[in-house]
Amino acid sequence: MSELASESISTARPLQLEVSDLRVQIAGHQGVVRPIDGVSLEIAPGEAVGLVGESGSGKSMTLKSILGLLPPDAKVTSGSVVFDGTDLTRLSPSLLNKVRGRRIAMIFQEPMSALNPVMRVGNQIAEGPRVHLGLSRAQSVARAVDLMRRVGIPEPERRFRAYPHEFSGGMRQRVMIAMALSCDPELILCDEPTTALDVTIQDQILRLLAQLCHESGTSLMFVTHDLPVVAQVCHKVAVMYAGRIVERGTVSEVFSRPLHPYTLDLLRSAPDVDHPGQSLVPIPGMPPSLVSPPSGCRFHPRCQFAEDDCKVSDPPLRLLEGDRATACLHFERCLDQIGTN
Amino acid sequence: MSEQDILEATGIEVSFSVGSPLVARLRHQPHLLHAVDGVDLRVRRGEALALVGESGSGKSTLARAIAGIQRANRGQIKLDGKVLPSSRRSRADQRRIQMVFQDPYSSLNPRLTVGGILHELLRVHHVVPRGDVESHTRELLRMVGLPEDAAGARPRQFSGGQRQRVAIARAIALRPELLVADEPVSALDVSVQATILNLLQDLRSELGLTLLFISHNLAVVRHLCDRVAVMYMGRIIEVAPTEELFRNPRHPYTAGLLAAIPRMTARDEDEAPAVRGDPPSPLRLPTGCRFRTRCPIAQQICAERDPALASADTDSEHRAACHFAWSVEAANAPEAR
Repeated sequence: MSELASESISTARPLQLEVSDLRVQIAGHQGVVRPIDGVSLEIAPGEAVGLVGESGSGKSMTLKSILGLLPPDAKVTSGSVVFDGTDLTRLSPSLLNKVRGRRIAMIFQEPMSALNPVMRVGNQIAEGPRVHLGLSRAQSVARAVDLMRRVGIPEPERRFRAYPHEFSGGMRQRVMIAMALSCDPELILCDEPTTALDVTIQDQILRLLAQLCHESGTSLMFVTHDLPVVAQVCHKVAVMYAGRIVERGTVSEVFSRPLHPYTLDLLRSAPDVDHPGQSLVPIPGMPPSLVSPPSGCRFHPRCQFAEDDCKVSDPPLRLLEGDRATACLHFERCLDQIGTN
Repeated sequence: MSEQDILEATGIEVSFSVGSPLVARLRHQPHLLHAVDGVDLRVRRGEALALVGESGSGKSTLARAIAGIQRANRGQIKLDGKVLPSSRRSRADQRRIQMVFQDPYSSLNPRLTVGGILHELLRVHHVVPRGDVESHTRELLRMVGLPEDAAGARPRQFSGGQRQRVAIARAIALRPELLVADEPVSALDVSVQATILNLLQDLRSELGLTLLFISHNLAVVRHLCDRVAVMYMGRIIEVAPTEELFRNPRHPYTAGLLAAIPRMTARDEDEAPAVRGDPPSPLRLPTGCRFRTRCPIAQQICAERDPALASADTDSEHRAACHFAWSVEAANAPEAR
């Protein structure tokens, strides 16, 4: 991935996608929930960006709001999602449909529920090119067979006529990838695409995704809770906590020198297969309620470095040198911690 | 069975019937799925033994057969030298092997309070005198790190991690000799996983528990367990002390499984996937070695003969079921891929 990313840095091309100060509200029984509360993100062409966090941090919600796929009771209250000069949050449904699947594609976690169970997989792959690119039936079928071959489905001419239930989990995810690639999109959004898969199949799918995006120059936004998976696929990473991005930077920088105590804690709480002796440090406490989040920094009740000022002032995401950003007032202490260990 | 073994399972077979036997016979298709197909396993007193493998490898079924909640079609399970009956176990035997399940949302009775769950167990199994049930419940909650007032709450009032603590309290309430934990942290968030893993480790040293730990997460296994048994398509294909297995895997499937773990460092993009293809259908197993259809070093002999689990020399703890496990070719297998 590093080669891919250095290209995008050296040539300062315009951004592919720019999410600015996005806020989403859901009216719940106990009050207004704010699952996304001021998220800003950018993706350059050809770049792969990971979005990590625990369940309930708002990472999947952020991904869904880009394509207007939020549940009916959730509303974007402010902010913008600018894709190629257009704010997607202001597009009408019919105009948004011209973007969905055509220029921005999505891969979901559970391919069995994302595929149509009563439609042949080949036709599902061919549907996009026929609708969006205006291909004839024969052309779209040929394209689907070719795509199935590219994603590594054996005997594509025969498997074209199969139904999703006849495929294994890994093969279904390959079908999803073929569908996502079918209209040569500029950006693919992935929502935990390998979480439901076995480790050997996950390995195959991650390599396939990275390789295909590299070949076609497609940008990737990758949501997962699994930090090592991000290290395999992405060049940049953003860490989410309670509806906000708390840290951002290149994967190697963030994982080796975290500048937010939450990132530091996340890294220390999971066993690393290459460092067996290391003791696990759980993060104390629980993720906060999104109805009434803590004052000041949302992580302060669980933070080992919290000071009085953390309870009062809400730290913005501050830009540091080298594309890094952190929302911690005392981020230098993370560096001291790494130094002592 | 040697002195140090607490459990010895020999020739365990568990099969399930799939679909209608009549239709299968008319179509000349098999209808018996051999989830566990002839497994021998020894668990030593006080150790943490991991059972790893992908979905469908039979690891959960084997664990359930050992815990006595899934009847084995064939084979024998000895606990402390005593053969356990293949059908219903006596209450005293049930008590000695306890289980923690993956999903703490469905494995606790939603209508009972946590105290109620524990009281019932302690009374039915006569673990402590009746008068001590209350105080013993408090002691159990303390051991798993829950506050005392948790006894009055129902499972739905707890988070996933806390529910898993309740499930662990329930399992250790009966003072079992063997604790079988089936993916106990897979349904939990990363930050919560650590608390449960640390708890299991503490309980091991505090109570001298023997742990059979089923997981697909090899990083967790390397962190927690002393020995690892790798399963593939209903068989154990390699077993070794943890560090030995991670440093020197002898079965090509184990080598592939280890190479497939996502690491914190970026990898070479052009490298081929560690294991190719999908697992075969468990209804139509390949002849000979079950892994040969995906194996990078498969030869003619692999299609003809089913390799037995064997070690390089008799006293070695490291055993693998591959024709080439202990020959020169296997040593070069990772490079050959």
